[in-house]
Amino acid sequence: MSTKDNSYASVMARKNEIMKISTGLDYDTYAHSPIAFDYERMMDDTGYTMEDIVRIQHETKVGNTPLFELHNLTRAVRKISEPGKGARILLKDEAANASGSFKARRAAVSVFEAASKGYKGVIAATSGNYGAAVASQAVQRGLKCIVIQEVYDSRGVGQPEIVEKGRKCEAYGAEVIKLTVGPELFYIHLLTLEETGFFNSSLYTPFAVKGVESLGWEIGNEVRERYGKAPEAVIITHAGGGNLTGTARGLLAAGCEDTRVVACSVDLSGLHMASDHDFNRKSFTTGHTGFGVPFATWPDRADVPRNAARSLRYMDEYHLVTQGEVFYITELLTKLEGIERGPAGNTSLTAAVALARQMDEDEIIVVQETEYTGAGKHHNSQLSFARENGIEVRRGDPIDNIPGKTIVIPERLDQVWGRAEDIDHLRRSYLRNAARLRPLSDWDEEDVSFLAEDLKTEQNWIRLQMQEMNGE
Amino acid sequence: MASIPAGTWVEIESVVLTPEERAPSVPEDTKLTPYVMWVSGFLVEDGEVGEEVHVKTIIGRALSGKLVRVNPNYTHSFGKVVPELLKIGTEWER
Repeated sequence: MSTKDNSYASVMARKNEIMKISTGLDYDTYAHSPIAFDYERMMDDTGYTMEDIVRIQHETKVGNTPLFELHNLTRAVRKISEPGKGARILLKDEAANASGSFKARRAAVSVFEAASKGYKGVIAATSGNYGAAVASQAVQRGLKCIVIQEVYDSRGVGQPEIVEKGRKCEAYGAEVIKLTVGPELFYIHLLTLEETGFFNSSLYTPFAVKGVESLGWEIGNEVRERYGKAPEAVIITHAGGGNLTGTARGLLAAGCEDTRVVACSVDLSGLHMASDHDFNRKSFTTGHTGFGVPFATWPDRADVPRNAARSLRYMDEYHLVTQGEVFYITELLTKLEGIERGPAGNTSLTAAVALARQMDEDEIIVVQETEYTGAGKHHNSQLSFARENGIEVRRGDPIDNIPGKTIVIPERLDQVWGRAEDIDHLRRSYLRNAARLRPLSDWDEEDVSFLAEDLKTEQNWIRLQMQEMNGE
Repeated sequence: MASIPAGTWVEIESVVLTPEERAPSVPEDTKLTPYVMWVSGFLVEDGEVGEEVHVKTIIGRALSGKLVRVNPNYTHSFGKVVPELLKIGTEWER
């Protein structure tokens, strides 16, 4: 038994020490200031080349997933587009990875790292597909696995999708710690890391984010091989930022410098993510703005001191879609393309339909993931559950969607538009968060240079914002 | 009531934080509720539902808590028919 003080405040105060032991990384060595740090050196220091990543993933049934052209959906989009418009829509079928999602790529490298450093087990704090991915990789590498999940509201009611994700973790032999709603999940995470001495298989370590690079790499290379050019756009479901960061880095490694990197989230504006009441009033458990916006505007809120997933560093556009639009497209994918996939993975497919309409016929847009589907993790389960929880579900114009109140499923494909989010607005929000960590008056050249890179913008733009913030 | 024999697969519950102990950042409605956790494991000694018991989890960790479920199972499903989905993909061409 531990003789340490395990109160909430004491454990939180030991955060940095626990992180150092459980990741094997000393994040302090990369820091220049409370804001600036050497991101690329942190990524390089993992020591994994693209060839290493591909090999490691191949060993554990990850990667080299099919890239399908969605002929019927593309044709349907062209029918509702202006003449000459309607880009070719491709879909990377990540459900084919062990455990059924792209998260296996992150887990593969993270668990390999844990095994090679001699840890006896791994811990992941996630209610998403990542838990099953880590469990599946751990069992293949002979490591024990604990998954910590936020599952229930105070009535003991769990969303069918999260319940299913818990089942899948247990199916792979993981211990699953199931919790009620609240940010104290991080406290349990730290406590369990300390008690077990296991590796922190966080979604946000450089190892996990490196693991996604193979996804962008495969897309870039395969599109060029089959179509003789890089894709014009790759659209990525965005939550914590690792999917976008890793894919974009992989695309760059494959030489796709001009490919537009488009983020997409389900718009859940108005719902509080840590609210017991709101918890079961949302029909998406990830890929939504409740993670996408806060993680874009301050990545270092993650469970590691310096997040390797930094979405604004790579994002060109951010597109939001409604719950009803995603459910519509999920059903349409099944009926038109003959493949059944989970709704969360279809978030970016929904935005792809809207964007393809505005692109030329000879252009290519790639939807870079799918996820498995089954009982609980299915749009029918989610809609049935929403209705039982007092949410109105109807067909109509998706513009009438109200998160937590109404899900409006489009009546026709030409109603699927979503909306573009203003990225500069996100960038300014990031800067305000940075100013909370280090007063604006203390920002030096190193900070400005880091911020420009981290926000994919110019140093002059940062200086202009600083002047405006000074005036506030 | 017959006691649950040692070795049975059970679910235990424990209150991690009482409402007063919850994190400062928690919204008001959540702050009214305790922070609760559940874990499944094999019962170490015979016990009763509602009793404090020890379990060994699937990976061999020793944990304790209130026994709440015996042979905890999953019942999630595809839900009830959602009529709004039925015509999608069959109507779009018309």
